[in-house]
Amino acid sequence: MSATTPSKLESILAAGHFAVTSECGPPRSAEGTVVDEKARLVGPYVDVINVTDNQTAVVRMSSLASCIRIKQLGFEPVLQMTTRDRNRIGLQSDLLGAGAFGINNVLCLTGDHQRFGDHPNAANVFDLDSTQLIQTVRQMRDEGKLLSGYEMTVPPKMFIGAAENPFADPFEIRVLRLAKKVAAGAQFIQTQCIYNMEKFKLWMQQIVERGLHEKVSILAGITPMKSIGMARYMKAKVPGMDVPDEVIKRLQGVPKDKVAAEGINIAVEQIQELKECPGVRGFHVMAIEWEEKVPEIVERAGLYPRPKVD
Amino acid sequence: MTYPSNIRIVKVPCTGRVAIIHLMKAIEKGADGVFVAGCMEGDCHFQAGNLRAKKRVTYVRELLQSIGMEPDRVAMYNLSSGEGPRFAEISREMTDKIRQLGPNPVRAQGARKAEAA
Amino acid sequence: MIMAKPKPTEEIIREIKDFDNILVAGCNGCVAVCEAGGLKEVEILASALRMYFANQQKKIEIGEVSLTRQCDKEYLAELKDRIGAYDAVVSIACGAGVQFMAEMYSKMRVFPGVDTCFIGATEEKGVWTERCQACGTCILASTGGICPVARCSKRILNGPCGGSSNGKCEIDKEVPCGWQLIYERLKELGELKRFEEPTPAKDWSTSRDGGPRRLIKEVSQI
Repeated sequence: MSATTPSKLESILAAGHFAVTSECGPPRSAEGTVVDEKARLVGPYVDVINVTDNQTAVVRMSSLASCIRIKQLGFEPVLQMTTRDRNRIGLQSDLLGAGAFGINNVLCLTGDHQRFGDHPNAANVFDLDSTQLIQTVRQMRDEGKLLSGYEMTVPPKMFIGAAENPFADPFEIRVLRLAKKVAAGAQFIQTQCIYNMEKFKLWMQQIVERGLHEKVSILAGITPMKSIGMARYMKAKVPGMDVPDEVIKRLQGVPKDKVAAEGINIAVEQIQELKECPGVRGFHVMAIEWEEKVPEIVERAGLYPRPKVD
Repeated sequence: MTYPSNIRIVKVPCTGRVAIIHLMKAIEKGADGVFVAGCMEGDCHFQAGNLRAKKRVTYVRELLQSIGMEPDRVAMYNLSSGEGPRFAEISREMTDKIRQLGPNPVRAQGARKAEAA
Repeated sequence: MIMAKPKPTEEIIREIKDFDNILVAGCNGCVAVCEAGGLKEVEILASALRMYFANQQKKIEIGEVSLTRQCDKEYLAELKDRIGAYDAVVSIACGAGVQFMAEMYSKMRVFPGVDTCFIGATEEKGVWTERCQACGTCILASTGGICPVARCSKRILNGPCGGSSNGKCEIDKEVPCGWQLIYERLKELGELKRFEEPTPAKDWSTSRDGGPRRLIKEVSQI
């Protein structure tokens, strides 16, 4: 598999290495240096850095603007795009803008409902859904055409990603859904963060059975637990999250000042274990508001230094 | 059995027959208070009529509150049909409550109109 | 049918308090079915308003009427002779009825007495749910008779999203995940193939997004 876009992520995967990606949550202000600091912290330890797009419908600095800052620092960003806030005109426009700054990775998402955010009274857009956005980006890249059929002189060259949640229900359609996204043009998948390893492996098994692992690169989502409170919160309050009791028990089994370290241990162990899981092509390390731990996790998991590709 | 003479009884086969508008009209036309006396919960001869009545009483109480009238002017009571003394007791209790609230302000307005005429 | 719910009485009172002759006008169509604007509701609202103004020591006449429908001029015309006696109307018909009333009797102040909510159906007595978004291009044939535009909170056409849990939408435990319903129905009908093909972007121009809509049936025009 050779790369078709300038994306570093695509090249690393094409060369057969495990990919490592991470995430940057932009600030709730116009302070660009916050993005720069996070990028510098994780940048040397990952291949590409995702920037979330008004995650949980909370207004943050735009993903596109943050990606531009990251690109200008010399790192490679992944533009996350939700379809909640922008219609097809706005989305295609942003893709052209991203292309103009040499951004070559896009993660296509539907987005959390605005009810979760700080502007629950907003009108939502949802002109497209994530699958239709994937189709749009592919059409722009491969046919050089906008959805309207208009031919661009210079189309954006995007390596297309999507998200999948193996833990949402019903479980039986999670694989069907992935197949649909792949049919639409998804080339890499970042999953929701994993705590229920058995369920994840079962999902991977079904993906491999359908041969989907050869058409799309699956990056397993890893988020270290910072505290027992965080574990409980994620178990109870975050939609589509599956946190088994064993994980909470394990955190409860260590002294209070060692809980965070144990969370990191669990994350590292997960990566080691999933390296052996057929179909897993990399890891998406999401250390929300704990970005400083990404270097340690990547190093201890034996994934540092990152390979160089042309 | 004696009960206060200020009670006007309207008989219905089941309190489920009592509609929201009946309660509203009673107060609108000048009654100082209205209570609905239904069978004990679980004992309704017609299954759940008294439960519907209870909901309607609650609805009217909220509506009265929204227009600035005392919700306590409308109330729901449950008793068994053989309990004469309990009926008298309820009547006295309701009468006392209404006396504390004072005359229906709608009726006071009506009286003023009659005086002015 | 069109589902509506009564406005808070305080809000209605605020709008009409300076008038002396009010007509409460109901509709025996959709709003009567969802118990928000039929004759019964006219009587209850009128009674409440009379009591309120009596307490305020304000002399006010509150008339009551309920029409077969307020969205047809023939029925609104029935008010022609009596409406002159009033200086304001509280229409507890749906938004279409209120507007038609206001248009037909354009010198009259017409106030809405209900909030019109959605196109839906009666699940059980007292419970109505949204079923149709009037998008103008019905896709029910491919979704087993369940509409994702109305029943998916994000109106996605390649669902479900990743946020559902226990078959319920991420926004509210009481709201079933529309796509889970569709999946189960398609499975029951043996039509899961429909589920596997990506659905391309929808043409929203036949929906509200395309602007106020108009339907003309020429053969029916006089």
